[in-house]
Amino acid sequence: MTATRAWAATRKGLFELQRSSRSWDVARVSFLAEPVSMVLPPIGGSGRMLAALNLGHFGVKVHASDDAGVTWREVDTPTYPPQPEGAEGPAWKLVQIWSMEAIHGAIWAGTLPGGLFKSSDGGEHWQLVDSLWSRPERLGWFGGGYDVPGIHSILPHPTRPGELLLGISCGGVWGSREGGMQWELQAKGMRADFMPPDQAGDENTQDPHLIASCAAVPTAVWCQHHNGIFRSTDGSQRWQELKPPITGFGFAVAAHPREPGTAWFAPAVKDEKRVPVDGALFVHRTRDGGQTFEALRTGLPQKDCYDLVYRHGLVVDDTGRSLLMGSTTGNLWASDDAGESWVEVSGHLPPIHAVRFG
Amino acid sequence: MAHVVFTQQLKRFTEVPEVDTPAATLREALQAAFDRNPRLRGYVLDDQGHLRPNVVVFIDGRRSRERVLLNDALTLDSQVHVLQALSGG
Repeated sequence: MTATRAWAATRKGLFELQRSSRSWDVARVSFLAEPVSMVLPPIGGSGRMLAALNLGHFGVKVHASDDAGVTWREVDTPTYPPQPEGAEGPAWKLVQIWSMEAIHGAIWAGTLPGGLFKSSDGGEHWQLVDSLWSRPERLGWFGGGYDVPGIHSILPHPTRPGELLLGISCGGVWGSREGGMQWELQAKGMRADFMPPDQAGDENTQDPHLIASCAAVPTAVWCQHHNGIFRSTDGSQRWQELKPPITGFGFAVAAHPREPGTAWFAPAVKDEKRVPVDGALFVHRTRDGGQTFEALRTGLPQKDCYDLVYRHGLVVDDTGRSLLMGSTTGNLWASDDAGESWVEVSGHLPPIHAVRFG
Repeated sequence: MAHVVFTQQLKRFTEVPEVDTPAATLREALQAAFDRNPRLRGYVLDDQGHLRPNVVVFIDGRRSRERVLLNDALTLDSQVHVLQALSGG
Protein backbone atom coordinates (compact mmCIF):
# COMPACT_ATOMS: atom_id res chain seq x y z
CA MET A 1 0.00 0.00 0.00
CA THR A 2 1.28 3.50 -0.80
CA ALA A 3 2.72 5.13 2.28
CA THR A 4 0.72 7.99 3.74
CA ARG A 5 2.97 8.81 6.66
CA ALA A 6 6.70 9.33 6.95
CA TRP A 7 9.24 10.74 9.36
CA ALA A 8 12.29 12.94 9.10
CA ALA A 9 14.81 12.76 11.92
CA THR A 10 16.79 15.98 11.82
CA ARG A 11 19.41 18.06 13.58
CA LYS A 12 16.62 20.02 15.22
CA GLY A 13 13.71 17.72 15.80
CA LEU A 14 11.55 14.88 14.53
CA PHE A 15 9.15 15.85 11.75
CA GLU A 16 6.06 13.78 11.02
CA LEU A 17 5.04 13.99 7.37
CA GLN A 18 1.55 13.29 6.08
CA ARG A 19 0.70 12.77 2.45
CA SER A 20 -1.28 15.67 1.00
CA SER A 21 -2.82 16.50 -2.35
CA ARG A 22 0.40 18.32 -3.31
CA SER A 23 2.91 15.78 -1.97
CA TRP A 24 3.76 15.71 1.72
CA ASP A 25 3.13 18.20 4.53
CA VAL A 26 4.69 18.53 7.96
CA ALA A 27 1.96 17.41 10.33
CA ARG A 28 3.81 17.52 13.66
CA VAL A 29 7.19 18.34 15.14
CA SER A 30 8.49 16.54 18.21
CA PHE A 31 11.67 17.33 20.14
CA LEU A 32 11.94 20.71 18.42
CA ALA A 33 15.52 22.01 18.49
CA GLU A 34 16.93 18.70 19.75
CA PRO A 35 19.08 16.45 17.54
CA VAL A 36 17.25 13.26 16.57
CA SER A 37 19.72 10.75 15.16
CA MET A 38 17.25 8.00 14.23
CA VAL A 39 13.55 7.19 14.39
CA LEU A 40 11.84 3.82 14.47
CA PRO A 41 8.36 4.23 12.90
CA PRO A 42 5.30 2.64 14.52
CA ILE A 43 5.91 -1.08 14.79
CA GLY A 44 3.62 -3.54 13.04
CA GLY A 45 0.52 -1.40 12.89
CA SER A 46 0.72 -0.37 16.54
CA GLY A 47 1.40 3.14 17.76
CA ARG A 48 4.64 2.07 19.40
CA MET A 49 7.64 3.93 18.06
CA LEU A 50 11.03 5.11 19.26
CA ALA A 51 13.16 8.18 18.74
CA ALA A 52 16.87 8.37 19.49
CA LEU A 53 18.10 11.75 20.63
CA ASN A 54 21.71 12.82 20.72
CA LEU A 55 21.74 15.78 23.08
CA GLY A 56 24.80 17.91 22.65
CA HIS A 57 25.58 18.21 26.35
CA PHE A 58 23.66 15.45 28.00
CA GLY A 59 24.21 12.38 25.87
CA VAL A 60 22.07 9.91 23.99
CA LYS A 61 18.47 9.41 25.07
CA VAL A 62 15.66 7.17 23.84
CA HIS A 63 12.02 8.21 23.89
CA ALA A 64 9.04 5.96 23.23
CA SER A 65 5.57 6.79 22.00
CA ASP A 66 2.50 4.55 22.20
CA ASP A 67 0.30 6.83 20.13
CA ALA A 68 2.35 7.20 16.93
CA GLY A 69 4.29 10.22 18.02
CA VAL A 70 1.59 12.32 19.68
CA THR A 71 3.09 11.93 23.15
CA TRP A 72 6.50 10.69 24.24
CA ARG A 73 8.24 9.54 27.40
CA GLU A 74 11.84 8.70 28.08
CA VAL A 75 12.82 5.04 28.34
CA ASP A 76 16.14 3.43 29.13
CA THR A 77 19.12 4.30 27.00
CA PRO A 78 21.37 1.50 25.75
CA THR A 79 24.31 1.55 28.13
CA TYR A 80 27.68 -0.14 27.84
CA PRO A 81 28.76 -2.31 30.76
CA PRO A 82 31.72 -1.30 32.93
CA GLN A 83 34.86 -1.19 30.81
CA PRO A 84 37.44 -3.68 32.05
CA GLU A 85 40.71 -2.11 33.03
CA GLY A 86 43.15 -2.13 30.12
CA ALA A 87 40.47 -2.95 27.54
CA GLU A 88 41.67 -1.85 24.11
CA GLY A 89 39.66 0.01 21.53
CA PRO A 90 37.25 2.90 21.88
CA ALA A 91 35.81 3.78 25.27
CA TRP A 92 32.78 1.74 26.24
CA LYS A 93 30.59 4.82 26.07
CA LEU A 94 27.53 5.35 23.89
CA VAL A 95 28.17 8.10 21.34
CA GLN A 96 25.13 7.80 19.09
CA ILE A 97 22.28 5.51 18.08
CA TRP A 98 22.75 5.22 14.34
CA SER A 99 20.20 2.57 13.37
CA MET A 100 17.07 0.93 14.77
CA GLU A 101 14.99 -1.92 13.38
CA ALA A 102 12.08 -3.91 14.79
CA ILE A 103 11.11 -7.43 13.78
CA HIS A 104 9.84 -10.63 15.37
CA GLY A 105 9.23 -8.98 18.73
CA ALA A 106 12.76 -7.61 19.03
CA ILE A 107 14.17 -4.15 18.50
CA TRP A 108 17.78 -3.82 17.45
CA ALA A 109 19.85 -0.67 17.85
CA GLY A 110 23.19 -0.08 16.14
CA THR A 111 25.47 2.41 17.79
CA LEU A 112 28.68 4.31 17.71
CA PRO A 113 31.17 3.03 19.00
CA GLY A 114 30.13 -0.23 17.32
CA GLY A 115 27.89 -2.04 19.80
CA LEU A 116 24.65 -3.75 18.81
CA PHE A 117 21.88 -3.62 21.43
CA LYS A 118 18.68 -5.64 21.63
CA SER A 119 15.41 -4.92 23.37
CA SER A 120 12.73 -7.53 23.90
CA ASP A 121 10.25 -5.21 25.57
CA GLY A 122 9.57 -2.57 22.97
CA GLY A 123 12.62 -0.47 23.80
CA GLU A 124 12.00 -0.09 27.53
CA HIS A 125 15.30 -1.87 28.32
CA TRP A 126 18.36 -2.80 26.27
CA GLN A 127 21.04 -5.44 26.34
CA LEU A 128 24.42 -5.24 24.62
CA VAL A 129 24.88 -8.13 22.18
CA ASP A 130 28.06 -9.40 23.74
CA SER A 131 28.65 -12.10 21.11
CA LEU A 132 29.49 -9.34 18.62
CA TRP A 133 31.07 -6.85 21.03
CA SER A 134 33.50 -9.49 22.27
CA ARG A 135 34.67 -10.52 18.80
CA PRO A 136 38.44 -9.87 18.60
CA GLU A 137 37.97 -8.41 15.10
CA ARG A 138 36.13 -5.47 16.65
CA LEU A 139 39.44 -3.98 17.70
CA GLY A 140 40.35 -3.77 14.01
CA TRP A 141 37.35 -1.54 13.26
CA PHE A 142 37.81 2.23 13.04
CA GLY A 143 35.75 5.34 12.55
CA GLY A 144 34.26 6.27 9.19
CA GLY A 145 32.92 9.81 9.37
CA TYR A 146 33.11 9.71 13.15
CA ASP A 147 35.92 9.19 15.63
CA VAL A 148 34.75 5.68 16.45
CA PRO A 149 33.24 2.84 14.41
CA GLY A 150 29.48 2.51 14.16
CA ILE A 151 26.70 0.17 13.07
CA HIS A 152 24.52 2.08 10.61
CA SER A 153 22.74 -0.77 8.82
CA ILE A 154 20.64 -3.50 10.42
CA LEU A 155 18.91 -5.83 7.96
CA PRO A 156 16.79 -8.40 9.76
CA HIS A 157 15.78 -11.40 7.66
CA PRO A 158 12.03 -11.01 7.05
CA THR A 159 11.15 -14.58 7.99
CA ARG A 160 14.02 -16.01 10.05
CA PRO A 161 14.14 -14.50 13.56
CA GLY A 162 17.59 -13.59 14.76
CA GLU A 163 19.13 -13.65 11.31
CA LEU A 164 20.67 -10.25 10.67
CA LEU A 165 23.07 -8.48 8.40
CA LEU A 166 24.95 -5.51 9.82
CA GLY A 167 26.81 -2.77 7.97
CA ILE A 168 29.61 -1.14 9.94
CA SER A 169 31.74 1.92 9.15
CA CYS A 170 34.45 0.85 9.17
CA GLY A 171 34.07 -2.80 10.06
CA GLY A 172 32.66 -4.50 6.97
CA VAL A 173 29.45 -6.49 6.78
CA TRP A 174 28.60 -9.04 9.47
CA GLY A 175 25.96 -11.72 9.37
CA SER A 176 24.29 -13.63 12.17
CA ARG A 177 22.56 -16.95 11.69
CA GLU A 178 22.24 -18.10 15.28
CA GLY A 179 19.79 -15.63 16.74
CA GLY A 180 22.53 -13.08 17.28
CA MET A 181 24.80 -15.53 19.08
CA GLN A 182 27.21 -16.30 16.22
CA TRP A 183 28.68 -13.80 13.77
CA GLU A 184 30.44 -14.12 10.47
CA LEU A 185 32.31 -11.46 8.52
CA GLN A 186 30.69 -11.26 5.06
CA ALA A 187 32.43 -8.61 2.96
CA LYS A 188 34.23 -10.76 0.37
CA GLY A 189 34.70 -8.85 -2.85
CA MET A 190 34.60 -5.36 -1.37
CA ARG A 191 37.52 -3.04 -2.02
CA ALA A 192 38.96 -0.39 0.30
CA ASP A 193 41.19 2.16 -1.43
CA PHE A 194 41.79 3.91 1.89
CA MET A 195 43.80 0.93 3.13
CA PRO A 196 47.36 -0.02 2.19
CA PRO A 197 47.20 -1.77 -1.22
CA ASP A 198 47.86 -5.23 0.14
CA GLN A 199 44.98 -4.84 2.60
CA ALA A 200 42.41 -3.41 0.19
CA GLY A 201 40.46 -6.65 0.29
CA ASP A 202 40.50 -7.00 4.08
CA GLU A 203 36.88 -7.68 4.94
CA ASN A 204 37.08 -6.32 8.48
CA THR A 205 38.04 -2.76 7.49
CA GLN A 206 35.63 -2.17 4.62
CA ASP A 207 33.47 0.94 4.76
CA PRO A 208 30.00 0.06 3.55
CA HIS A 209 28.24 3.41 3.86
CA LEU A 210 24.89 1.64 3.82
CA ILE A 211 23.54 -1.78 2.92
CA ALA A 212 19.95 -2.48 1.87
CA SER A 213 18.20 -5.65 0.79
CA CYS A 214 15.12 -6.53 -1.26
CA ALA A 215 12.32 -7.43 1.17
CA ALA A 216 10.89 -10.13 -1.12
CA VAL A 217 14.29 -11.54 -2.10
CA PRO A 218 16.53 -10.87 0.91
CA THR A 219 19.53 -12.55 -0.71
CA ALA A 220 19.64 -9.53 -3.04
CA VAL A 221 21.72 -7.00 -1.11
CA TRP A 222 23.04 -3.62 -2.24
CA CYS A 223 25.88 -1.63 -0.78
CA GLN A 224 26.80 1.99 -1.25
CA HIS A 225 30.43 1.70 -0.20
CA HIS A 226 33.03 4.37 0.38
CA ASN A 227 34.76 3.12 -2.76
CA GLY A 228 31.81 2.46 -5.02
CA ILE A 229 28.63 0.45 -5.41
CA PHE A 230 28.55 -3.27 -4.72
CA ARG A 231 25.88 -5.92 -5.07
CA SER A 232 25.44 -9.38 -3.64
CA THR A 233 22.99 -11.96 -4.94
CA ASP A 234 23.70 -14.58 -2.30
CA GLY A 235 22.89 -12.86 0.95
CA SER A 236 26.28 -11.17 1.35
CA GLN A 237 28.42 -14.25 0.84
CA ARG A 238 30.17 -12.53 -2.07
CA TRP A 239 30.04 -8.98 -3.41
CA GLN A 240 30.53 -7.73 -6.96
CA GLU A 241 31.52 -4.16 -7.73
CA LEU A 242 29.28 -2.27 -10.14
CA LYS A 243 30.35 0.51 -12.46
CA PRO A 244 27.89 3.40 -12.67
CA PRO A 245 28.90 5.71 -15.49
CA ILE A 246 28.95 9.09 -13.72
CA THR A 247 30.16 8.41 -10.17
CA GLY A 248 30.00 5.56 -7.73
CA PHE A 249 30.48 7.67 -4.62
CA GLY A 250 27.68 8.39 -2.19
CA PHE A 251 26.19 7.34 1.10
CA ALA A 252 22.62 6.21 0.54
CA VAL A 253 20.98 3.26 -1.18
CA ALA A 254 17.35 2.14 -1.27
CA ALA A 255 16.40 -1.36 -2.43
CA HIS A 256 13.16 -2.10 -4.27
CA PRO A 257 10.88 -4.15 -1.98
CA ARG A 258 10.01 -6.76 -4.66
CA GLU A 259 12.34 -6.39 -7.64
CA PRO A 260 15.78 -7.71 -6.65
CA GLY A 261 17.47 -5.98 -9.59
CA THR A 262 16.22 -2.48 -8.76
CA ALA A 263 17.85 0.03 -6.42
CA TRP A 264 18.32 3.78 -6.08
CA PHE A 265 21.44 5.71 -5.06
CA ALA A 266 22.14 9.38 -4.26
CA PRO A 267 25.56 10.16 -5.73
CA ALA A 268 28.17 12.78 -4.89
CA VAL A 269 31.39 13.52 -6.76
CA LYS A 270 33.89 11.60 -4.64
CA ASP A 271 35.29 11.15 -1.16
CA GLU A 272 37.19 14.43 -1.13
CA LYS A 273 34.36 16.34 -2.86
CA ARG A 274 31.06 15.49 -1.23
CA VAL A 275 28.72 17.56 -3.37
CA PRO A 276 26.55 16.75 -6.42
CA VAL A 277 28.35 16.36 -9.73
CA ASP A 278 28.49 19.77 -11.49
CA GLY A 279 26.14 21.27 -8.89
CA ALA A 280 23.25 19.23 -10.30
CA LEU A 281 21.46 16.70 -8.13
CA PHE A 282 20.33 13.37 -9.51
CA VAL A 283 19.36 9.93 -8.33
CA HIS A 284 20.96 6.86 -9.82
CA ARG A 285 18.61 3.99 -10.51
CA THR A 286 19.37 0.55 -11.81
CA ARG A 287 16.67 -1.92 -12.82
CA ASP A 288 18.88 -4.65 -14.19
CA GLY A 289 20.97 -5.62 -11.21
CA GLY A 290 23.52 -2.89 -11.77
CA GLN A 291 24.41 -3.55 -15.39
CA THR A 292 23.11 -0.10 -16.34
CA PHE A 293 22.20 3.03 -14.39
CA GLU A 294 19.82 5.86 -15.19
CA ALA A 295 20.44 9.40 -13.90
CA LEU A 296 17.02 10.68 -12.77
CA ARG A 297 16.96 14.47 -12.58
CA THR A 298 13.40 15.70 -13.24
CA GLY A 299 12.32 18.01 -10.45
CA LEU A 300 15.69 18.03 -8.72
CA PRO A 301 17.86 21.19 -8.70
CA GLN A 302 20.21 21.23 -11.68
CA LYS A 303 22.17 24.37 -10.88
CA ASP A 304 24.16 25.59 -7.88
CA CYS A 305 23.11 22.63 -5.76
CA TYR A 306 25.39 21.45 -2.97
CA ASP A 307 23.15 19.04 -1.10
CA LEU A 308 24.54 15.81 0.27
CA VAL A 309 22.21 12.91 0.98
CA TYR A 310 23.58 11.09 3.95
CA ARG A 311 23.28 7.38 4.76
CA HIS A 312 19.68 7.24 5.90
CA GLY A 313 18.43 10.04 3.66
CA LEU A 314 16.91 7.99 0.80
CA VAL A 315 14.04 5.53 1.25
CA VAL A 316 11.42 3.74 -0.80
CA ASP A 317 8.01 2.58 0.42
CA ASP A 318 6.46 -0.89 0.24
CA THR A 319 5.08 -0.28 -3.26
CA GLY A 320 8.46 0.54 -4.77
CA ARG A 321 6.91 3.68 -6.27
CA SER A 322 7.15 6.33 -3.54
CA LEU A 323 10.52 7.65 -2.46
CA LEU A 324 11.71 10.34 -0.10
CA MET A 325 15.13 11.94 -0.18
CA GLY A 326 16.42 14.38 2.43
CA SER A 327 19.72 16.23 2.47
CA THR A 328 22.11 17.59 5.05
CA THR A 329 21.17 21.04 3.73
CA GLY A 330 17.61 20.46 4.92
CA ASN A 331 15.95 19.90 1.58
CA LEU A 332 13.39 17.13 1.22
CA TRP A 333 12.12 15.74 -2.08
CA ALA A 334 9.46 13.15 -2.89
CA SER A 335 8.78 10.95 -5.88
CA ASP A 336 5.66 8.93 -6.62
CA ASP A 337 6.87 7.37 -9.85
CA ALA A 338 9.86 5.34 -8.71
CA GLY A 339 12.22 8.28 -9.01
CA GLU A 340 11.32 9.39 -12.54
CA SER A 341 10.28 12.80 -11.22
CA TRP A 342 10.56 14.61 -7.90
CA VAL A 343 8.83 17.43 -6.09
CA GLU A 344 10.27 19.52 -3.30
CA VAL A 345 8.51 18.87 -0.01
CA SER A 346 10.49 21.49 1.91
CA GLY A 347 13.57 23.59 1.37
CA HIS A 348 13.83 24.76 4.95
CA LEU A 349 14.12 21.78 7.23
CA PRO A 350 17.10 21.33 9.56
CA PRO A 351 19.88 19.02 8.35
CA ILE A 352 18.21 15.66 7.74
CA HIS A 353 19.73 12.61 9.41
CA ALA A 354 17.16 10.03 8.37
CA VAL A 355 13.85 9.67 6.53
CA ARG A 356 11.56 6.69 6.99
CA PHE A 357 8.11 5.63 5.87
CA GLY A 358 5.65 4.11 8.31
CA MET B 1 25.24 20.35 54.30
CA ALA B 2 26.62 20.75 50.79
CA HIS B 3 24.10 22.28 48.44
CA VAL B 4 23.84 20.89 44.89
CA VAL B 5 22.12 22.78 42.08
CA PHE B 6 21.70 21.61 38.47
CA THR B 7 21.37 23.76 35.40
CA GLN B 8 17.78 24.61 34.67
CA GLN B 9 18.52 23.67 31.05
CA LEU B 10 17.96 20.11 32.24
CA LYS B 11 14.40 20.85 33.32
CA ARG B 12 13.12 20.36 29.80
CA PHE B 13 14.29 16.75 29.92
CA THR B 14 13.93 15.54 33.49
CA GLU B 15 13.33 16.56 37.08
CA VAL B 16 16.27 18.45 38.58
CA PRO B 17 16.13 18.36 42.35
CA GLU B 18 18.18 20.76 44.49
CA VAL B 19 19.68 18.70 47.27
CA ASP B 20 21.34 19.38 50.60
CA THR B 21 23.63 16.53 51.49
CA PRO B 22 26.27 15.64 54.06
CA ALA B 23 28.32 14.11 51.21
CA ALA B 24 32.08 14.38 51.60
CA THR B 25 32.87 14.13 47.87
CA LEU B 26 31.40 15.34 44.62
CA ARG B 27 30.45 11.82 43.55
CA GLU B 28 28.54 11.23 46.76
CA ALA B 29 26.76 14.53 46.38
CA LEU B 30 25.73 13.74 42.81
CA GLN B 31 24.53 10.34 43.95
CA ALA B 32 22.28 12.02 46.49
CA ALA B 33 20.57 13.82 43.62
CA PHE B 34 20.43 10.67 41.49
CA ASP B 35 18.72 8.89 44.38
CA ARG B 36 15.93 11.47 44.07
CA ASN B 37 15.78 11.10 40.27
CA PRO B 38 17.65 8.09 38.84
CA ARG B 39 17.05 9.31 35.27
CA LEU B 40 19.21 12.37 36.01
CA ARG B 41 22.36 10.27 36.26
CA GLY B 42 22.57 9.62 32.52
CA TYR B 43 22.38 13.33 31.76
CA VAL B 44 25.37 14.16 33.95
CA LEU B 45 27.50 11.01 33.82
CA ASP B 46 28.32 8.70 30.92
CA ASP B 47 28.17 4.89 30.71
CA GLN B 48 31.33 4.56 32.79
CA GLY B 49 30.26 7.00 35.50
CA HIS B 50 32.54 9.77 34.23
CA LEU B 51 31.42 13.38 33.94
CA ARG B 52 30.07 13.99 30.44
CA PRO B 53 32.50 15.98 28.27
CA ASN B 54 30.14 18.92 27.94
CA VAL B 55 29.01 19.10 31.54
CA VAL B 56 30.99 21.25 33.95
CA VAL B 57 30.90 21.32 37.75
CA PHE B 58 31.80 24.30 39.93
CA ILE B 59 32.50 23.73 43.61
CA ASP B 60 32.58 26.90 45.70
CA GLY B 61 33.32 28.92 42.59
CA ARG B 62 36.14 26.69 41.37
CA ARG B 63 35.79 24.53 38.26
CA SER B 64 36.32 20.87 39.06
CA ARG B 65 39.00 19.30 36.87
CA GLU B 66 38.69 15.75 38.12
CA ARG B 67 36.13 14.21 35.76
CA VAL B 68 36.63 10.48 36.30
CA LEU B 69 36.83 9.78 40.00
CA LEU B 70 34.77 12.85 40.95
CA ASN B 71 36.53 12.81 44.31
CA ASP B 72 36.73 16.56 44.95
CA ALA B 73 36.27 17.10 48.67
CA LEU B 74 33.20 18.98 49.84
CA THR B 75 32.65 20.85 53.07
CA LEU B 76 29.38 21.19 54.87
CA ASP B 77 29.13 24.68 53.36
CA SER B 78 30.00 23.74 49.79
CA GLN B 79 27.95 25.11 46.93
CA VAL B 80 27.98 22.76 43.93
CA HIS B 81 26.72 23.91 40.54
CA VAL B 82 26.31 21.35 37.74
CA LEU B 83 26.15 23.27 34.47
CA GLN B 84 26.28 22.68 30.74
CA ALA B 85 29.62 23.66 29.26
CA LEU B 86 29.57 26.08 26.35
CA SER B 87 31.93 23.69 24.59
CA GLY B 88 29.00 21.48 23.72
CA GLY B 89 26.70 24.12 22.45
